Amino acid sequence: MPASGRASKVGEDQYMASVATGADITTSVGTRRRRYMDRKSLPALLLFLPPALILFTLFVVLPMVDAATFSFFDWNGYGPITDFVGFENYADVLTHRHFGTAVRNSLIVVAVSLVVQLPLAMWCAIALAERAVHINVLRTLFFLPFMLAEVAAGLIWNFVYDGNYGLLPAIGGAIGVEMPFVLGDKIWVIPAIMLVITWKYFGFHMMIFIAGLQSIPSEVIEAARLDGVKKWQIVRHIKIPMIRSAIVISVFFAITGALQLFDLIIPLSNGGPSHSSHTIVTFLYQFGILRMKLGFGGAISVILFIACVVVALAYRRILFRVEQN
Amino acid sequence: MALASRKRQSIISPTQWVTLLVVAAFVIVPFYTTALGGFKEIGELRVNPFGFPASWDPVRFVEILGGPRYFSSLWNSFLIAAGTVVLTTLVASMTAFALAHIKFFGSKFILGYLMLGLLFPSATGILPLFIKMRDLGMLDSHWGIIIVQVAFSVSFSVLLFHNFFKELPKELIDAARMDNCGYIKIYWYVTLPLSLPIIATVGVFNFVGSWNSFLLPLIVLNSEAKYTWPLGIMQFQGQYGSDWPRILAFLTLSILPAIGFFLLAQRYIISGLTGGAVKG
Repeated sequence: MPASGRASKVGEDQYMASVATGADITTSVGTRRRRYMDRKSLPALLLFLPPALILFTLFVVLPMVDAATFSFFDWNGYGPITDFVGFENYADVLTHRHFGTAVRNSLIVVAVSLVVQLPLAMWCAIALAERAVHINVLRTLFFLPFMLAEVAAGLIWNFVYDGNYGLLPAIGGAIGVEMPFVLGDKIWVIPAIMLVITWKYFGFHMMIFIAGLQSIPSEVIEAARLDGVKKWQIVRHIKIPMIRSAIVISVFFAITGALQLFDLIIPLSNGGPSHSSHTIVTFLYQFGILRMKLGFGGAISVILFIACVVVALAYRRILFRVEQN
Repeated sequence: MALASRKRQSIISPTQWVTLLVVAAFVIVPFYTTALGGFKEIGELRVNPFGFPASWDPVRFVEILGGPRYFSSLWNSFLIAAGTVVLTTLVASMTAFALAHIKFFGSKFILGYLMLGLLFPSATGILPLFIKMRDLGMLDSHWGIIIVQVAFSVSFSVLLFHNFFKELPKELIDAARMDNCGYIKIYWYVTLPLSLPIIATVGVFNFVGSWNSFLLPLIVLNSEAKYTWPLGIMQFQGQYGSDWPRILAFLTLSILPAIGFFLLAQRYIISGLTGGAVKG
């Protein structure tokens, strides 16, 4: 979750940083004062910067570099790394019979998020952006699943779907329909997981939309209302266009979230039945980590990394365009 | 009064209300059946999915609370989360302070470097990370998880702190510096006391992230005594198979603290998620 919560601010922050530095350089500050500051600031810099830089380099950056290195070798994690195999690991990953399934599933998650989850979140956000007590209760309720650990959410829904004692067969029995064991069924398992994803994450997107909607100046809405513009026309032509950047951010989170989906799948289907519900990260876990195939796993990591960078770059372009308009 | 309520009704139409209530039911029902399921017998689950249980005998809950697993796994999770929050807050605020208030060559580069961490999910490097932790002797230890989680959280936390520090009135820092006060003192006595809202936001955010994390403890921890609660609950489920009442009772007890915490700390979580991300 924290990983998905981060990514939006890169572009914006760099923009802010450049603005701020521009403002900082005031001509009135003489060189003498600046030199004084330099000398004075050295102990602080030596104390403040290294902890973050060392930790970040050691445990975030270097593992990525290692993954790239490992991906060109055949290595089981023990002894020296000598067995150079070129691009063989990449070929193995790309031709692996379950890798295609994992990629397809991740794309389905993205598509369903965009077509079902975000519109649902928008619909709720438009109603719940008002300020009132009973609205706050609903907002909190809708956001609650997002706060829940993925593992707990997965187990709760594993029970709901359980073919013998679960809620779904009980409901099916009540209306006279024999329900399948959805999590053990190759066709049903993906829609079942998608329902859980919607349940778990739509409240998060709703919150982003609500924050956007609440930042629209109320005069704009009032003026349109006084001009006799209908409620849904206001939504369609004023509210949604004005929170475009919030929507772009939501879409970005939906995509990166789908790329790193893991915690939720393990308690639900564990990638099964017969490896039909793997995502990229559960695929990495199942075939790279559990079998200690570091070269294979490294190749998956690099592919995932490239996918993330491509998404992030495309996102920055889109965000830039949106903000220009 | 009458006018106000009529105005409110015009804001949310009946159609919207109906869909909101349907969505609310969709959200609540899994929680509701989980909470009640712990009281029901296994056969009852199938024939009486929505109704109240035949008896409110809390036998399973008592057994879990008295058992060894529940409190120790929650305590482990708490220790890891608390350690992560304290260290991340310290490390990230120091870095953000240096980047926001001290002018030096390369500060923009360092900020950009740290922001690289926002680009890719932490799962990508998990396998080499495992090797690295093994070589450093950090496996199967709580502090190993804490250190790595601090490294993972640094990017986002520095970003939030940096944005906040930039908004602080510059005159305060300047005045303190005129009084010959060093940067370390300014950080500790001026900036931090003014930054309680952002400390709360960053702290709550990292606490929840650590509390819920699964992949890292799964890979790092071996001995059951050190398991965090997500690992404990997965193991419990593996052990009791489809003894759902028992699993549901364990689930209910495990998520109750998180729900309570969420209700108390909600606004910090939301401001952490949306703060800076959405502007007009």
